[in-house]
Amino acid sequence: MSNQIFVVVEHLKGKIEDITFEMLGKGKEMADASGGELVAVLLGSGADGMAGQLGAAGKVIYVDDANLAEYNPQAYCKAVASVVEANSPKMVLIGNTSMGMDIAGGVSVDLNIPFVAYASGISNDGGTITSALYGGKMNVDSSPSGDSVIISVIAGSFPADAGRVDGSPSVETASADLSGLTIQFKQLIEPEGGDVDITQQEILISVGRGIQSDENLPLAEELAAKLGGAISCSRPIVDSKWLSKTRQVGKSGLKVKPKLYLALGISGAPEHIEGMKDADLIIAVNTDPKAPIFDYAHYGVVQDLFDFIPALSGKL
Amino acid sequence: MNIIVPIKQVPDLVEELEINSDGTDLDREWLKMKLNEFDDHALEEALLMKEDSGATVTTIALDGDDIDKALYAAAAKGADKLVKITGVSGNSTHEAAKAMANAIQGMEYDIIMTGVQSVDDRDGQLAVILAHYLGNSHVSVVTGVQASGGSVTVQKEYGGGMVAEFEASTPIVLGIQAARETPRYVPVAKVRRAQKSSTIEEVAAGDVGVDAGSSVSKMYKPDTGAGAEMIGGSAEDQANKIMELLSQKGIK
Repeated sequence: MSNQIFVVVEHLKGKIEDITFEMLGKGKEMADASGGELVAVLLGSGADGMAGQLGAAGKVIYVDDANLAEYNPQAYCKAVASVVEANSPKMVLIGNTSMGMDIAGGVSVDLNIPFVAYASGISNDGGTITSALYGGKMNVDSSPSGDSVIISVIAGSFPADAGRVDGSPSVETASADLSGLTIQFKQLIEPEGGDVDITQQEILISVGRGIQSDENLPLAEELAAKLGGAISCSRPIVDSKWLSKTRQVGKSGLKVKPKLYLALGISGAPEHIEGMKDADLIIAVNTDPKAPIFDYAHYGVVQDLFDFIPALSGKL
Repeated sequence: MNIIVPIKQVPDLVEELEINSDGTDLDREWLKMKLNEFDDHALEEALLMKEDSGATVTTIALDGDDIDKALYAAAAKGADKLVKITGVSGNSTHEAAKAMANAIQGMEYDIIMTGVQSVDDRDGQLAVILAHYLGNSHVSVVTGVQASGGSVTVQKEYGGGMVAEFEASTPIVLGIQAARETPRYVPVAKVRRAQKSSTIEEVAAGDVGVDAGSSVSKMYKPDTGAGAEMIGGSAEDQANKIMELLSQKGIK
């Protein structure tokens, strides 16, 4: 086992995702504290130019392969497993993102390395990992057995700025056997343009499960109209097809940073928090006083939505 | 086509969660359980595929609280076969996946689809771990599946509503984020009828030993409420206070 901390770089359409810088920042802090080496693992085809943005790392291990030209769950899994196996780092950080969820568990099984998911905190010696579970209602601290661990990190857990360092770390190329792939990338489908771009709105009235029925949406829409804002929502509302995907805030939706985010009946699962925690003013209304959303809101109101919304609407 | 849908019961987060006496897990004695909502989506997508082009849908679950009821509910919705794996406890995804893999290895299947995640899968999501124990390929965060012959087209969601499309050969394991329709509702009377007309096949878990794991030292509630300044009073009082705030901040 080496004293290395690996960060798997996530990039899409030539852009490195924030989660990568968040993990690099945290990784650097841990490497500095333990005298270890921070290594960025970059996969792609003709993508080595990205190494210049990975200055937080002491070294970049780069796998260049035509099969990695676009993200491919199977190819990424094989390539990450290959470089991890060759180097035996003490820790591998992977985003708990759509891409990372394809990779971390698979590498854990293939290389027989413990895996701790949903990490929102890691002690600097790497010995204690905090996972946010049960929709953010419980934290669990755990310690891996053995000398090596794979950790999937929830986006937004660590500041990205600490990892956003330009530079020219040494680039070590590596190869991986990517033959026999049974999954092929076909295309990227851009989101359909919505009537409203919620990322550009200064005021968002956001509804969650607590709204109960699409018949109650007009109440929230009226409030939004009176406040001069737009309606957004959490994932269950989109899954129920009450609002379109373009209105969804969160991990699988959009990240928003309005002046006012009024969360109505949103419990605050980590996936939702990821998308709105940087709003200037967050006011949450929920019937459950223990809803995790109150951890992130600036102001909290425990109240029945169907009493609160008309009361507020009536004053506007 | 044969589709296997692993499902599990998870604590209902609407209820108050309490921690057990040694502070490492939930107090499970009074927990209200419900089907993992993503598993409900996986089952729905499997049933829609069955209705579209014919398939045998097998629902499989580890033994546990209320699991028979969940399996019968799956039958009432249209699942063809029900399998319960006995002799495994605890909540390690790796152990659960290994038990599932042992049971599934003897079965015929083209696609395994299960929920993309659950609220308690601390050591990782089931779909990818199961896939690797079985030696199958895998895609997670799937929002669309179209099968034809020995191949499937899969839509996978990234952040921001961006979707990637992949073509894959079967067998494959998919972590389902959302079915194309809202999961169907099944009335209790229909579940009761299914309980009389269908049988649950029991399979022993076999060897579920996993050497590489992690041990929980502590479970605790995050400082809920610490972040927000709470505004009390009636809805009317609260609305007045919010109006003051909005005015102070120059929003209204």
